[in-house]
Amino acid sequence: MQSIYLTIVLAPLLASIIAGLGGKAIGRVGAHSITILGVAISCALSFYVLYRFLFEDMAPFNGAVYTWLLSDGLQMQVGFLIDHLSALMMAVVTFVSLMVHIYTIGYMQDDDGYQRFFSYISLFTFSMLMLVMSNNFLQLFFGWEAVGVVSYLLIGFWYTRPTAIFASLKAFLVNRIGDFGFVLGIAAVLRYTGSLDYATVFGHANQIAAAQIHITGTVSWSAITFTCICLFIGAMGKSAQVPLHVWLPDSMEGPTPISALIHAATMVTAGIFMVARMSPLFELSETALSFVLVIGATTAFFMGLIGIVSNDIKRVVAYSTLSQLGYMTVALGASAYSAGIFHLMTHAFFKALLFLAAGSVIIAMHHEQDMRKMGGLRKYMPITYWTFLVGCLALIGFPGTAGFFSKDSLIDAVGASHRLGSPYAYFCVLAGVFITALYTFRMFIMTFLGKERMDHHTQEHLHESPWVVTVPLVLLAIPSALIGWFTVKPMLYGNFFEGAIHVAPANNVLERVAEEFHGPGAFVLSAFMHWPIWFAAAGVFTAYLFYFWKPELSERAQRSFKWLYTILIDKYGFDWFNEHVIMAGARLLGGGLWRFGDQIVIDDGLVNGSARTVGWLGSVMRYAQSGYLYHYAFAMILGLASLLMWLIWR
Amino acid sequence: MITLTYVLALSGILFAIGVAGVFLNRKNIIVLLMCIELMLLAVNFNFVAFSRYRGDISGQIFVFFILTVAAAEAAIGLAILVVLFRERSSIDVEDLDTLQG
Repeated sequence: MQSIYLTIVLAPLLASIIAGLGGKAIGRVGAHSITILGVAISCALSFYVLYRFLFEDMAPFNGAVYTWLLSDGLQMQVGFLIDHLSALMMAVVTFVSLMVHIYTIGYMQDDDGYQRFFSYISLFTFSMLMLVMSNNFLQLFFGWEAVGVVSYLLIGFWYTRPTAIFASLKAFLVNRIGDFGFVLGIAAVLRYTGSLDYATVFGHANQIAAAQIHITGTVSWSAITFTCICLFIGAMGKSAQVPLHVWLPDSMEGPTPISALIHAATMVTAGIFMVARMSPLFELSETALSFVLVIGATTAFFMGLIGIVSNDIKRVVAYSTLSQLGYMTVALGASAYSAGIFHLMTHAFFKALLFLAAGSVIIAMHHEQDMRKMGGLRKYMPITYWTFLVGCLALIGFPGTAGFFSKDSLIDAVGASHRLGSPYAYFCVLAGVFITALYTFRMFIMTFLGKERMDHHTQEHLHESPWVVTVPLVLLAIPSALIGWFTVKPMLYGNFFEGAIHVAPANNVLERVAEEFHGPGAFVLSAFMHWPIWFAAAGVFTAYLFYFWKPELSERAQRSFKWLYTILIDKYGFDWFNEHVIMAGARLLGGGLWRFGDQIVIDDGLVNGSARTVGWLGSVMRYAQSGYLYHYAFAMILGLASLLMWLIWR
Repeated sequence: MITLTYVLALSGILFAIGVAGVFLNRKNIIVLLMCIELMLLAVNFNFVAFSRYRGDISGQIFVFFILTVAAAEAAIGLAILVVLFRERSSIDVEDLDTLQG
């Protein structure tokens, strides 16, 4: 099996290298063929691995394949931990990646950076697989940084646009903040357990729990809380949680396939995956979990609100991604890790679908992303319309769709939690359902229904996208609609994640929810007796009322709630704060250090100063150099005399 | 009876005269050379005196060598002096200050 795992990881890497360095020798067709082949091999093998886990009860694999270096007894290895959690992630990552590869042929066909693009996304697939398959913290960090780099490269893919450069830099810098916490967390793990290997660390988790970090005097922190919060700060950067979320909406500057693959389906969920993987640690710290819960809830609710006022189709989906990531984080905070991972999986399908469908719309609109210039696309692009609808329904949690199973279970789990902050989180996720339905259907209506608001030229050329675009849409729509039926029972209420995710018995909210679960069919029926479905319905109804039946109402609402509208358009001022306080402060500090520290102290003081001192000394000394023989002789005699004196009287 | 002390005192006085001559003399570079020669002779005097006092002949042999070398040295010094005079038409010590910084 080990060679299979190696193949899964290395096939995309090899393809990426060939596509990236091949240049003219392989050409455009060669580039997309080789990368699609590489990812297809990975995908097929990942599904084979998942199949063996599901139906043949294969034992998890945990082993090193290569020792990178050995330092002071610390082994740094490349190794794989393949259990149900990583097998599921591998299947999701490679499947979505494959769909995006195929889709890209259509989306990027006129782009000059075609081969570069394929090389990057294959490299991304490799990095993501390294991340999820890792069996130690170091390799996890490697994958973590590698996906970050590829994300940076792809956000700035159109490097001639200043906005893209700005966005890529922003993403990179914000992620550095998160990574700083992450590295501290890893260092803390190493400090208290002396190992970076998952199995060893989790085995010694109690050791961290028993330790205290002494700060000053009588103040000391619990080491486990510190470690978990540091690790979670890493997750906040990568999974774009408040207040480190600011990079994700801007990352939409990248090409749409990337938004689908990296900034919606896979990379941003790395934080969720990481916390779930670290569940044996997080379970020991009630405080850290509360922190996770509150951050997630805040993200879920407040980021969804911004989606209501945004007019860029990709940005609406981006804010929806933020909000859904918040949902997953809430699930983690409520100790319902399985629910978080389950939502991660369903979200990967329907959000990739929504992004790719939005991309299909953007192709048809000649790269126009403003929804105010769309409308009535339904009759021009039927396949995109129907698949987009499926994605929307899954996103709002329409009974029976994948999103329904994951989101409703998640909300139930949060409701059953008694953790500090859970009432707030429950309110946020419930209200979030309404918000989600509102912005989703606002987007749907503005794009596909109503009047055709595009200009005449665009309207003439409207047509359905080519098959390479629509086939991935259909292939993603199928799991978005149906996968919940088969997976909800084993993943949430069965023992699918047993051994991979650890939940303390006292925290096991899903077990409490499970008592009311009687199969997927009954779950769908019982939905009508729960709040979320009615919130969602109200959201859809509001969207139709404001944007379809009576559009003048939305304008009136915008006027009468101007303050709220302004706050939302300004995105709560996070960008303002970052630019005017943090960035300006950093520039001020840098400018000060440059003018004072560098120019005055180092340049003038140390470098030029020492030269000037030598010059001054020389100018004084030259008076002693008279050139007269008797002066020198006198100096010699004086020297001799003092030497003799010293010899005599010492 | 002439004791060692007398001889050493004489050699000390000779040496001191030589030293004083080196840096009191501002006029003639030949006097300078003679003063150096004088200091050298004072040292030789010491050699001879100690050799006598210790009953060890090697001190006096040293003196022979030193005198030979000193003679060669004086010859070279005077030769340089002649060249110098041709070059600058002066052997005043005051004029020889080209080494100054």
